[in-house]
Amino acid sequence: MFEPKEPQKKLKYDELRIYTDEELNNYTEEELKEFKIKYDIPDVEELEKGPWPSFVADAKREALHRRKLPDDRLLIGKYVVEDTLGQLQLSFEHGEGHWKHGGIVGVFGYGGGVIGRYSDCPEKFPDIAHFHTLRVNQPASKFYDTDYLRTLCDLWEFRGSGMFNMHGSTGDIIFLGTITEQLEPIFFELTHVLQQDLGGSGSNLRTPSCCVGKARCEWSCIDTQDLCYELTTYYQDELHRPAFPYKFKFKFDGCPNGCVASIARADMSFIGTWRDDIIIDQEAVQAYINGEIEPNGGAHKGRDWGKFDIYKEVINLCPTRCMWMEDGKLMIDNKECNRCMHCINVMPRALWPGKDTGVSILFGAKAPILEGAQMSVLTVPFMKCEPPYDNIKELIEKVWDWWMEEGKNRERLGELIQRFGLPKFLEVLELPAFPQVVKEPRSNPYIFWKEEDVPGGWQRDINDFRSRHKR
Amino acid sequence: MALSQERLGRYNPKKPMENRITDLGPRHFWQYFPPVIQKNYGKWKYHEILEPGVLVHVSETGDKVFTVRCGGCRFMTAENIREICEIADKYCDGYVRFTTRNNIEFMVDSPEKLEALKKDLQSRKHVSGSYKFPIGGTGAGLTNIVHTQGYIHCHTPATDASSMVKAILDELFDYFQSMTLPAQVRISMACCLNMCGAVHCSDIALLGYHRKPPVIDHEILSDVCEIPLVIAACPTAAISPTKLPDGKKSVKIKQERCMFCGNCYTMCMALPLADKEGDGVTILAGGKISNRITPPKFSKVVVPWLPNNFPRYPEVVRDVKKILEAYAKDARKYERIGDWAERIGWEKFFEKCDLPFTEHLIDDYRLQYDTYRTSTLFKYTEPAWEVSKAAGGL
Ligand code: HEM
Ligand code: HEM
Ligand code: HEM
Ligand code: HEM
Ligand code: SF4
Ligand code: SF4
Ligand code: SF4
Ligand code: SF4
Repeated sequence: MFEPKEPQKKLKYDELRIYTDEELNNYTEEELKEFKIKYDIPDVEELEKGPWPSFVADAKREALHRRKLPDDRLLIGKYVVEDTLGQLQLSFEHGEGHWKHGGIVGVFGYGGGVIGRYSDCPEKFPDIAHFHTLRVNQPASKFYDTDYLRTLCDLWEFRGSGMFNMHGSTGDIIFLGTITEQLEPIFFELTHVLQQDLGGSGSNLRTPSCCVGKARCEWSCIDTQDLCYELTTYYQDELHRPAFPYKFKFKFDGCPNGCVASIARADMSFIGTWRDDIIIDQEAVQAYINGEIEPNGGAHKGRDWGKFDIYKEVINLCPTRCMWMEDGKLMIDNKECNRCMHCINVMPRALWPGKDTGVSILFGAKAPILEGAQMSVLTVPFMKCEPPYDNIKELIEKVWDWWMEEGKNRERLGELIQRFGLPKFLEVLELPAFPQVVKEPRSNPYIFWKEEDVPGGWQRDINDFRSRHKR
Repeated sequence: MALSQERLGRYNPKKPMENRITDLGPRHFWQYFPPVIQKNYGKWKYHEILEPGVLVHVSETGDKVFTVRCGGCRFMTAENIREICEIADKYCDGYVRFTTRNNIEFMVDSPEKLEALKKDLQSRKHVSGSYKFPIGGTGAGLTNIVHTQGYIHCHTPATDASSMVKAILDELFDYFQSMTLPAQVRISMACCLNMCGAVHCSDIALLGYHRKPPVIDHEILSDVCEIPLVIAACPTAAISPTKLPDGKKSVKIKQERCMFCGNCYTMCMALPLADKEGDGVTILAGGKISNRITPPKFSKVVVPWLPNNFPRYPEVVRDVKKILEAYAKDARKYERIGDWAERIGWEKFFEKCDLPFTEHLIDDYRLQYDTYRTSTLFKYTEPAWEVSKAAGGL
């Protein structure tokens, strides 16, 4: 149904693998129980207790596995995991971290995708003296097959630490820790063998990410994966070669529930929405009222909240009060609905977003550094969202042109909008003002009128004024 | 084309541009959708949470996909991923997915496979006893905590991330495996103000924070840093240029102006902030992302600072638990923590959560006035009587 831009070979682990089955299963459960890493790490080991999955217990099996691999089956230090745990213990003891500040490393021609990192106590922990990270651009929505994952594991165990983040905060697969020498070889293996690129870091487009969307969610109003993939591949240059004042993020939520939190985390937030009517199955509404179906997809099963009451739980909680019952039927005044998703969330078997769908586009979320945190501002209420997404690309490029022209070093888009004012931003996008862009109109009348707004302009003659008014 | 086993693989350092492939982007998503997902793409009709951590999605074609959501550590090793693959191969035709909040989702297409999968997942434990793949994280419960790098990989943290998340989820484990709360609760953790994880719109946010201004490494500062950039980096204009007795250039800092943001350190390694006594944890609460019923909101600072008591952070765990338990007891169905606090009033939030309100919680940064109460609409709680007494009104 959806196709990659360039054909991609199916990856077969058995054809690509580095390690044999014997090498992969090179320790027993008994050995793992007895295993001690080369440092005393009492505080770190404390974290092996308790029911939640222990990252320490996990790290230890990687450590044991590496210990038992022959020296020539690993291209970076054998003790890299043990050294990481050792340094963590030291950090706990000192109450201060032990990584040095930055270090410019990378792969040739790319301005991002690699974060340089060095230990500040390399004599104690030699195998993490260099400990650089690579960001690997995840497939949209993070579905995988095991051939791909196992191949990554072999690659990263052989040429790196074998430690990952699944996933980093922006969505990338993070390869945690390797030496400078291996950065280019890893990049070559990724591109040549896995047909897989790095993600973004630095003052550029960061790796976009999206929610599960239509792959497994009945509420998605847009093809989140397709849009994410298209914009990621279309803007590869912007992603790899920093030319922006600062970072820029796209995130794609299929509906106003916002499962990837685009409204808080993206300079440009795409949120699926609809403009026709909420679809209602009146029989199913009755079934909810009669208590035959659990509300909210069963999300509240763990506690007895009493019998479902459609007034208490839906109609009176509707923020716009646009619903009512009439002759046993649920009615919605759709032109008053602000598409908050509440009723749909409560009755997923009776209500669905409409079919005439598109995206709302919001701009400018950012972290508190420096001027304080911001959420994205509703800027385009509704836009059709269909391949090849030319309308969206045009909008993106208008924004980037302005930001690259006017933005100061390390100024996020949201800060630039504040500095110039929202009216200026609308003007740049060639959009008329509309009431939805604000929560409420301004309460001060300090309007920056422009000269052209005022008949006769601003150039006046004092003598003319004095001809009517004495000094 | 197998993975290379040569030291430099396919890369030739003498000719770095030779055979270089760039700008490929990510692998295409479609090939990683299991057949049932491909077949029913865009056709899902409804979903139901069968039990905590187990979802069924039903398609208009009649097909069903059962999802088992498991908590995972975002820090994981190749060994762990291989175990995930073993499970996916055994039950899920070799497919698996990760969620935005670092959960792992295994999908099957029949109830029989579901039961076998669940049993297997529940049985897997690390040698030291913790679950490898606890099932949960759905509905009106607590899901996985998203977090940043901390001491594991970053140079600016004011606390550690993985350990704090582990400490909290161990203590709140039952909430992960049940759905007894009024609505879903999202906890997020960032180890410094940079907030790589954007935690500021979470029901509960945990934030590493420094409390000592940078200490200046005069000896090297002018050699390793661009002084004008360092000065410009400071949001409060606390940094100014200076000359050392030996004539060397450096900077000085008006310490009382520092808000401990670490922005100067980002620009200049000669200005470290980290400090055992200074660093600790701030707790924010009441944020949300979803547009459901009320608009998305920022989290508000409710505990100004707690110590970094490694590795289990008992004070942080205690206060998170206080908030969660007061909320569970008092909020109405569908009310998020922030909606609840707004309905009862923040003064009641502090009372019910048994958290002290201190002057640190009154905004004195920019836009501070927006948070001041400019009405007579308030509720009486103990601190209000204290004020009345102090003002001579009682
Ligand atoms: C001035 C602001 C910021 C600075 C100086 C900064 C700095 C850093 C540094 C040094 C790292 C590397 C951590 C490592 O060693 O792996 C990092 C990682 C990262 N940052 Fe930031 N950051 C800033 C803001 C943000 C923001 C606002 C976001 C996202 C909302 C973000 C997202 C990330 C992500 C996704 C990573 C990858 C590591 C992870 O997942 O934890 N950063 N950042
Ligand atoms: C931002 C725009 C505002 C402007 C330009 C403005 C201007 C003025 C001026 C010029 C006067 C004095 C009139 C006179 O006695 O000669 C006045 C009086 C007053 N204004 Fe405003 N004002 C503004 C907003 C407000 C607001 C927002 C409030 C209240 C919420 C307010 C409350 C008052 C009051 C109570 C008086 C005194 C009326 C009286 O003495 O009977 N003003 N304002
Ligand atoms: C009332 C609000 C919300 C409702 C009704 C809701 C509902 C859902 C549903 C039904 C799913 C399952 C989709 C699927 O995987 O089949 C889901 C997934 C998810 N939700 Fe939400 N959600 C809400 C708010 C949020 C918020 C505020 C966040 C984060 C801040 C969030 C984060 C997630 C994540 C991470 C997933 C996993 C799916 C993914 O990675 O795409 N959700 N949500
Ligand atoms: C001490 C408190 C806070 C800290 C340390 C903090 C930290 C952060 C960080 C590091 C990010 C990542 C931002 C980025 O991508 O550049 C972030 C994002 C954000 N924060 Fe906060 N935050 C705090 C409080 C707040 C508050 C009070 C608000 C709102 C009033 C807020 C709103 C936001 C928004 C909208 C983002 C967008 C995320 C993004 O840029 O990707 N934060 N925050
Ligand atoms: S954002 Fe909406 S469409 Fe996307 S997974 Fe969440 S609920 Fe579904
Ligand atoms: S989506 Fe929200 S605003 Fe619209 S009818 Fe439902 S509850 Fe009301
Ligand atoms: S939040 Fe701060 S300390 Fe944590 S990874 Fe990001 S920059 Fe580093
Ligand atoms: S920590 Fe922040 S406020 Fe303090 S001196 Fe540095 S830049 Fe300025």
